[in-house]
Amino acid sequence: MIEAIDIHKSFDDKEILKGISAGFEKGKTNLIIGQSGSGKTVLLKSLVGLHDITSGDIRYDGHSFLELDNTAKKRLRQDIGMLFQGSALFDSLTVEENIRFPLDMFTNWSLEKKRERANFCIDRVKLENANNKFPSEISGGMQKRVAIARAISLNPKYLFCDEPNSGLDPRTAIIIDELIQEITKEFDMTTIVNTHDMNSVMGIGEKIIFIYQGHKLWEGTKDDIFHVQNKELEDFIFASKLFKKIRDNNI
Amino acid sequence: MRIFFHLGRYCLFLKKVFGKPEKHSVFIKQIVREVDKLGIDSLGIVIIISVFMGAVITLQTAYNIDLPIIPKYTVGLAARDSILLEFSSTIVGLILAGKVGSNIASEIGTMRVTEQIDALEIMGINPAGYLVLPKVVAFVFIIPALVTISMAVGIGGGYLAGSITGEVPGPEYIYGIQYAFQPFYIVYALSKAVVFAFIISTISAYWGYYVQGGALEVGKASTQAVVASSVQILLFNLILTQLLLA
Ligand SMILES: Nc1ncnc2c1ncn2[C@@H]1O[C@H](COP(=O)(O)OP(=O)(O)OP(=O)(O)O)[C@@H](O)[C@H]1O
Ligand SMILES: [Mg+2]
Repeated sequence: MIEAIDIHKSFDDKEILKGISAGFEKGKTNLIIGQSGSGKTVLLKSLVGLHDITSGDIRYDGHSFLELDNTAKKRLRQDIGMLFQGSALFDSLTVEENIRFPLDMFTNWSLEKKRERANFCIDRVKLENANNKFPSEISGGMQKRVAIARAISLNPKYLFCDEPNSGLDPRTAIIIDELIQEITKEFDMTTIVNTHDMNSVMGIGEKIIFIYQGHKLWEGTKDDIFHVQNKELEDFIFASKLFKKIRDNNI
Repeated sequence: MRIFFHLGRYCLFLKKVFGKPEKHSVFIKQIVREVDKLGIDSLGIVIIISVFMGAVITLQTAYNIDLPIIPKYTVGLAARDSILLEFSSTIVGLILAGKVGSNIASEIGTMRVTEQIDALEIMGINPAGYLVLPKVVAFVFIIPALVTISMAVGIGGGYLAGSITGEVPGPEYIYGIQYAFQPFYIVYALSKAVVFAFIISTISAYWGYYVQGGALEVGKASTQAVVASSVQILLFNLILTQLLLA
């Protein structure tokens, strides 16, 4: 369980997050949705401490993140896996080395054991014949898989995904979404996913919060999202003609 | 005012860079890789430039000292001193600021804008220390070797130019470069070089580390890195010369 309590975040004088409170539940894929520029990435990076928030509090299973000392913070970080918007793979390392990297840094395992674990993660995300390729040599969809494999290599309790399926074709996007949901259940993680893709919302949105210009305007599940009376949220959902059609024909 | 901002942030950056490395085995491996990338890869350009500069310095000195009463060996002596005192440390430093500085700034800048630095941070690794310290250590360690090679090759270039053109016969040149030789000049040059290596690697890493934006900004940062390192090299050249030679 991760809680955000009245988070404010400004860059210089520009306030990006204007008081966001939300709870993200364990064993579920929690979605943060909102249009481009609404502050999703800033919120996600604030939750993991990549941005220092201006005010408010962040709690991981009841412990305030801001009160942790450096050692405790470091220990917590090893329980966090994160998938970045652009994958953020280390381009000087091969696929296998990328996935092994957290193990190299934080375990004293033998090379054999580390490779075994890396290959387990590689199989889990269904990557084939890519171990010795460099990130620049594989497709965007495969890069996302590598990033997921790297994020789960240390068996994290918390998984953060910043637009995991942006830039992917619709089919691959769904596969990646489903992979994230399966892994969340399988390892009982608290997963938070940023997205502006309605397909993801309908596919894996167990708990959803909607961000608009730095405010949280709505929170709920994919089942009640179509019945909300909120202009901004409706504009967001029905921006796509397809969803408009679905609503108008009451499918 | 900007300069104070950068100075302050640079000092904080250095503090992060000199944090304790995460894992010693990984750290050693990285240093070896950086020695190869920053040092060995610069050897070619250092050698080429040194040969030509040594040759040009020798010929120019020879043409300028045209009086029959001044013996030819003074050309060797003068060329040696210019190479040892200025050329092999300062000029090579400036050239490496261009090559190594832009390399470091663009590599780290690219890692910043593609969120690779965030990825390290989120794993609980100190990215500044992990990425930059091996570069600083490797470069400071390898630069005395580069400068020593530059000296030898530069003086060799002078010998070749002198004897091929017949301006300074070989034996006279050899006599000249041994005449009134001050070993301290080498210490002086190598000390300067070590300081320059530190300046180049930390300043360039600094500019790369704080890039915001995309490819365009990485390009700008890499230019900034070269300009800032070059200016600091010139400044510290002056300061060190006053301290060491006065
Ligand atoms: N480091 C920063 N410094 C200053 N402003 C920033 C910084 N990071 C983000 N912003 C601003 O915060 C706002 C929200 O950005 P954010 O990246 O969170 O949007 P987003 O919802 O993730 O959009 P997208 O869907 O396009 O990724 C933008 O206006 C952006 O310019
Ligand atoms: Mg974003």
